[in-house]
Amino acid sequence: MSYNYSMNHMLTLLQSVTPVPRDIPLALPLPEWLLVVLLVVSFLAHIIFVNLMLGGSLLTLWAQVKGLKNKEYDTLAYEIAKTITVNKSLAVVLGVAPLLSINVLYTVYFYSANALTGLMWIAIVPLVTAAFLLTYLHKYTWHKLEDNKGLHISILALAVLIFLFIPLIFLTNINLMLFPEKWGTIKGFMSALALPNVFPRYLHFLCASLAITGLFLFWYLGRNRYAFETHFKSITRYDIRKQLYSLALGVSVFQFVLGPLVLITLPAKGVQWNLIIVILCGATAALPAMYWMWKGITGKPEEIGMNFGKVIMAMTLTVLLMASGRHVYRSNALAPHKKLMAEKTKAFERLSAEARAHPAPDESTTAQASGTPAAPGAAVFQANCASCHKKEGRLVGPPVTEMVSIYQGNLPGLKKWIRQPGKKREGYPQMPGFPQLSEQELTILTDYILSVK
Amino acid sequence: MDFPMFHLDWLNDRFLIAMIAIVHVFINHGLAVGFIPYITWLEQKGVKMAGASNITDPEWDHLVYRKMKVAFIITTTIGAMTGVGIWFSAGLISPSSIGSLIRVFYFAWFVEWLTFVTEVVLIMIYFLTWKQSNQSLKAKIRHIRFGWFLSVFSWITMCIIVSILGFMMDPGNWNTDHSLISGFTNPIYLPQLFFRTPTAMVLGGVFGMLLTTIFTDRHSAWRNTVLKYGARWVLCWAPVSLVAAVIYYKAMPAAMRENMSTAVGTMEFAQYYDLLRYIIPGAVSLVVMLGIWTLFRPRSVRMWMVLVPCVAAFGFLGIFERVREFIRKPYVIGGYMYSNLLREEDYPLFKRDGLLKYATYATASKVTPENKLSTGRDVFMLSCSRCHTTNGINSIVYVFERLYGIGKPLDENSMAAYIPNMHNGRTYMPPFPGNNEELGALVAYIKHLQQTGEPLEGAQSAGITVNPGNSTEQIADSVQSK
Ligand code: HEC
Ligand code: HEC
Repeated sequence: MSYNYSMNHMLTLLQSVTPVPRDIPLALPLPEWLLVVLLVVSFLAHIIFVNLMLGGSLLTLWAQVKGLKNKEYDTLAYEIAKTITVNKSLAVVLGVAPLLSINVLYTVYFYSANALTGLMWIAIVPLVTAAFLLTYLHKYTWHKLEDNKGLHISILALAVLIFLFIPLIFLTNINLMLFPEKWGTIKGFMSALALPNVFPRYLHFLCASLAITGLFLFWYLGRNRYAFETHFKSITRYDIRKQLYSLALGVSVFQFVLGPLVLITLPAKGVQWNLIIVILCGATAALPAMYWMWKGITGKPEEIGMNFGKVIMAMTLTVLLMASGRHVYRSNALAPHKKLMAEKTKAFERLSAEARAHPAPDESTTAQASGTPAAPGAAVFQANCASCHKKEGRLVGPPVTEMVSIYQGNLPGLKKWIRQPGKKREGYPQMPGFPQLSEQELTILTDYILSVK
Repeated sequence: MDFPMFHLDWLNDRFLIAMIAIVHVFINHGLAVGFIPYITWLEQKGVKMAGASNITDPEWDHLVYRKMKVAFIITTTIGAMTGVGIWFSAGLISPSSIGSLIRVFYFAWFVEWLTFVTEVVLIMIYFLTWKQSNQSLKAKIRHIRFGWFLSVFSWITMCIIVSILGFMMDPGNWNTDHSLISGFTNPIYLPQLFFRTPTAMVLGGVFGMLLTTIFTDRHSAWRNTVLKYGARWVLCWAPVSLVAAVIYYKAMPAAMRENMSTAVGTMEFAQYYDLLRYIIPGAVSLVVMLGIWTLFRPRSVRMWMVLVPCVAAFGFLGIFERVREFIRKPYVIGGYMYSNLLREEDYPLFKRDGLLKYATYATASKVTPENKLSTGRDVFMLSCSRCHTTNGINSIVYVFERLYGIGKPLDENSMAAYIPNMHNGRTYMPPFPGNNEELGALVAYIKHLQQTGEPLEGAQSAGITVNPGNSTEQIADSVQSK
């Protein structure tokens, strides 16, 4: 009882600022835990390719600018650019599964955030399309624009700018969906962008992109099958790999500044011990990876790749734990609201079922059911025709008296008109046909019309 | 009513979805489903024609490769992103319906996603390894095999999407048992699939011929041969497409056909309907004429001669999509959810207690003389805004003025008499969901719109107002008091 009271009390408090919508009243297609696993795993696959696409295009740009002085770096840029074509396609297609899963698990939250930032959200489609077309243009004009590097680099720079902006839109949405209590204050994308936590998370994501791309290219350019020496004359495989390792290590160190910042700016409502533990484990797993990278960079040239497998394993663990942390926060933060929503949905379904069982009396039919023989016909008229015809004077169509004068003694003609009206009068709109009326309804209707005096 | 209402007050919300969807269907059918098998077939021909000493004819192969490059670039950019765009726009405009569909079709979409991933991987293998595969006959044959795999997977992707489209038109038994299988076996599925397959092939072939005329000059060695193969491809599929179009049209459920004939009544839809009747035989015979002409006089074929049937064939598909979109009004999910995103089964409750009482976002939960305009706006947003704007495309003021006289002041009583019955005469619209007070507020608002031309901002710019009277507590109380 007292629990009930305090629960109700809390509800009223929450309600004054927080919308509590109803959920979609259909069952989840799979057990919730399974959907969560699918969401976390498929999101991870998606985001890794997004990281590679973004990091790849940033590094291509860097290498191409450097290539203005040193031709070898222009070649490097071309080699990196080739990977973007593949990574960007996988990024998009792998995005569908997490999108599906988040749609099912967080229907109301996700769509509400989308609608509140609607114009920017839908702008993702043309923006990404443009960025993709620009990357193709950049790739396929590499030799044609050999003598016009400025233009060629600008094409890529524009694509990079778009690539940098898109994650911001996604992050804003993913962030906004966690805070129904803020929805009432949001007026468009910019105000959602300004919520705390968006920018720290964004920087965290950018650094992750560079780290992951660094590791990917470390492997890609270091493979035995990759004929490095046929592409490059003066720079060595070791030089490049060392630079990539240094990049990955450098940004990883920086993540230890950004990570706590993200955690501090996170609104307190979802921060609980389970979150802290998961995040700390994730950070800890990164430490040995960083140590192995350090050893690679400072060690003998031929041993730089020695611990690479271990680095990847530790980093995978980090990424997995961080992704789980995201989810833990999300479910912590939304749990109370979800509960309210479920209750409200249930209550509404009950009310709806009850109203279905005892519908309110239909005013238009009761008004007509008053004994006279023409009553059923009048009801059909009321339901179908009264919006456009009245007894005297024009409403949308001509008055009933005019119908009577035209069709008196021509019942079939009237029926035919009702089923399939023609076009007669100047300045009147087209009357709709009523093929859906049954023969019986039509008969009582026309009897009624012709009985009007 | 449970989602903030995104609203484009000039463009019209449905228009946004339709635009994105139609571009996607064009690319999916014309540049993937119908185009890839055509390309693979030509690649194979190149190997057959090359004779024993060569792997393939380099010039022929390069021509086919360039055509594929066009398809690759377009499908992996505009094609892929409009596919995502359909989701995004539907989620903005029809969140309750897409949310419901995903719950029912989660597996179908998951399988769809798996085939889609396969398709993307295959198209990358197929296109990006094309040149390397020319180094040995064995590699080339394997490459061609990838082309066929890719063709099959694009077709399977289409099969699944078609089932979802078919479901939205006529859910078959789904309304009674709400399960996946019944949604899949809905009666419109096979006819629609049967229509789309040959039509895609025709589109792919004609588009391929168009590229041939662009990429070759009139004296180049292979132009005539490639064109003739294109003609054979198109001639083979065009009659099937015609027959399938007729079958598909006939299979549309009876109610839908009635809806279409009602549609004929209104002036604007009469145009679509007429177009459909002329454009089917028109487009098909243009394509057939092009095919026959090319077979006999390939030398005389010019780019514009291919462009015209190509545009006509895409128009043919476009008009079918348009009519398909239209004939499922007033429902988004037949028999379950109306296009205004309200469930049919909740109507008795809304009629009894009013719509605003249950709206999560509204300025008030009850109409009073003071708040008539703001609640009228809420009612409009909830029950009309998915299809009508205030002053833009298909504006509510315009449709009423068309009834009562352009420019004449609207009469609230006439409108209030019209709206509760509008679904009988205009079967493409759902019934009005609210109670009498809400009806009064709505017509007052419409009249106000006519007088002031005031625009209506959607949640994307105006934000939301949480309904002050709609709390879980109150609903719980009213249940208990019964
Ligand atoms: C959407 C408005 C609308 C509705 C609903 C409507 N009508 Fe009409 N009706 C018109 C208009 C407009 C005309 C004038 C058409 C013309 O002359 O081209 C008309 C004309 C008529 C005529 C005159 C035909 C003639 O030969 O001149 C009859 C009879 C008629 N309607 C009967 C009905 C009946 C019966 C119903 C109900 C089943 C009905 N209408 C519903 C708008 C409507
Ligand atoms: C499913 C989408 C949909 C919804 C929801 C909808 N309408 Fe319509 N409405 C249409 C279409 C489509 C037309 C036809 C426009 C044309 O013919 O150009 C139309 C036409 C009309 C007309 C003119 C009818 C005629 O006889 O020419 C009126 C009046 C109208 N709507 C009012 C409303 C009102 C009021 C609401 C909200 C209570 C509403 N509509 C909700 C789609 C819709």
